[in-house]
This record gives sequence, C-alpha cells and structure tokens, in this order.
Amino acid sequence: MTCTDFLSQLTDYFDGQVDPTLLAEVQTHVRECHHCEVVLDTTRKTISVYREHEIYEFPTELRERLHTAIMKKCTGGR
Amino acid sequence: MPAIQSPDAIEIHPDVALVERAKNGDTAAFEQLVRQYERQIFRVAQHITQNREDAEDIAQDAFLKAYEKLDQFQGNSKFSTWLVRIAVNESLMRLRKRKTSKTVSMDQDVQTEDGSIPRDFAEWRPNPEQLYGQSELGDILRKTIQGLPPGFRTVFTLRDVENLSTEETAEALGLSVPAVKSRLLRARLQLRERLSRYFKQKDGGPKP
Repeated sequence: MTCTDFLSQLTDYFDGQVDPTLLAEVQTHVRECHHCEVVLDTTRKTISVYREHEIYEFPTELRERLHTAIMKKCTGGR
Repeated sequence: MPAIQSPDAIEIHPDVALVERAKNGDTAAFEQLVRQYERQIFRVAQHITQNREDAEDIAQDAFLKAYEKLDQFQGNSKFSTWLVRIAVNESLMRLRKRKTSKTVSMDQDVQTEDGSIPRDFAEWRPNPEQLYGQSELGDILRKTIQGLPPGFRTVFTLRDVENLSTEETAEALGLSVPAVKSRLLRARLQLRERLSRYFKQKDGGPKP
C-alpha cells in the first residue's frame, strides 16, 4: 500500500468502514510509515479539537434575542 | 409461509409529533422545535458565513422558511437535517451576495489541490490543549477554519463540528456520499496542515 492509497482510505478508516480485506494493509502501512502515522494522528486531533471546542459563543442574551426574533418573524407575534 | 417479522415498535423521532402539531397550527410545538435547533442553525450559519450578524439573519430566515414550508416536509429525512439544509442554502446565498467572496458554490473548490497533500509531518506534542489556553486556542481555531474555502468549511462543519453522519451531510448539501467523502478528506487535510503551524512540536523541545 502506498501513502496515496492510505490517504484514500483515511475517511473510511475514521468511520470504521474500511473494507475488511484492506484493513490489515492499512494498519500495516501506518505501523511502517511514520509520515502516515503522523498524518493519521494529527488529522484525528484536528477533528477532535474542533469537536470539543465551541469556537463561537452563544450567550444567553444572544439566544433570547434570536429566539424572540425568530418567533416574531414566523408567527407575527401571535 | 413464514410470517414477516415486524419490529414491535418502530422508533419514531419525537420531532415527528412536534412537526405534525406545528403543521396543524400549534405554535407552541413549533417554538419547541425552534428552541431545540436555534443554536445549531445559528452555529452552522456562523461557520459558513464567518459573520455573526449574517448568522442571526440567516437563522431567522431559515426558521421562517421552514415554518412556511412545513407542509412540504415529508418526514423522509430527520427534521433537523431538513432544517440544516435550508440554513446551508441561505448561508451560501448570503456569501454569494458578498462581493468579496469568489468561491461560494459547493462545486467550485474541488479543483484546488492546495493543502490537500500532506507536507508537514511533525508530531503535535504536547496536545494543543496543553500548548495553548482556551482563549488563544479559540482564536487559532477560528482563524484557521476561516481560511478554508467555503465549500470545504461547510462539509467539515456539518460532519465534524455538528456530527451529522456522512449520509445526512450529503442530504443537507445535495451532494452524493462519495462527493462528501472527498471534500471532507480535503477539508480535514487542509485544516491539519494549517493547524500544524501552531501545534507542531517545536525544534529544540525537551529531549527524551
């Protein structure tokens, strides 16, 4: 398996959807290729750092203003 | 003839009942749906447009559209996915209106290979959270995702920030599953490459 082959499997690998016949090859490649091992690890960290950090705040004041505006727009204040 | 086994109870999403009530004019039911999803819709819009005022407008417009088109919601997909799809369309439309933005369709960014081929192979140690404080980390994450082309940013937001499945992301964006997977790979790799500037192990770090 080449590094390009490995990259093409990366999305399925994260989803646990790599074809079983390929999985062993993917795992062997990661063990043997330090670059791909790093790409796998840092891509995983890229996903988790965005998943775990709310980068845009949603303070109560904003939520209330937005909620009121949405309901007013939709129901005309009914 | 063997009887066809039907499951005792098909799991029905609680939104289905709320949508039915809202269709029949129950505004309290609609308000419940708004409460459940206003934050998510706002966040999706803010990720795509990178602008808080725009995101507020889009959230209002998206819920209004959903309210007006409730009858068209057939329940083939989750209500939340349907709603996200409306918000994504509104957000992309808003970007198109901005004169400064060039690439705003889901198709235009695909040509670029920029940053999709890994070049930085430094490890991230220690972890980003150990390297930066909350506020500094937030700045880095905002700045980095801002630099991503809108089409990639959108796929990454739905799949990795909002945690939609690949199939739901495809549905919300009107793309095929393979198209979502290909964009997602590029989005993740581009982000990884850009974040590596901040997170990679510095030379001269602690020796083992």
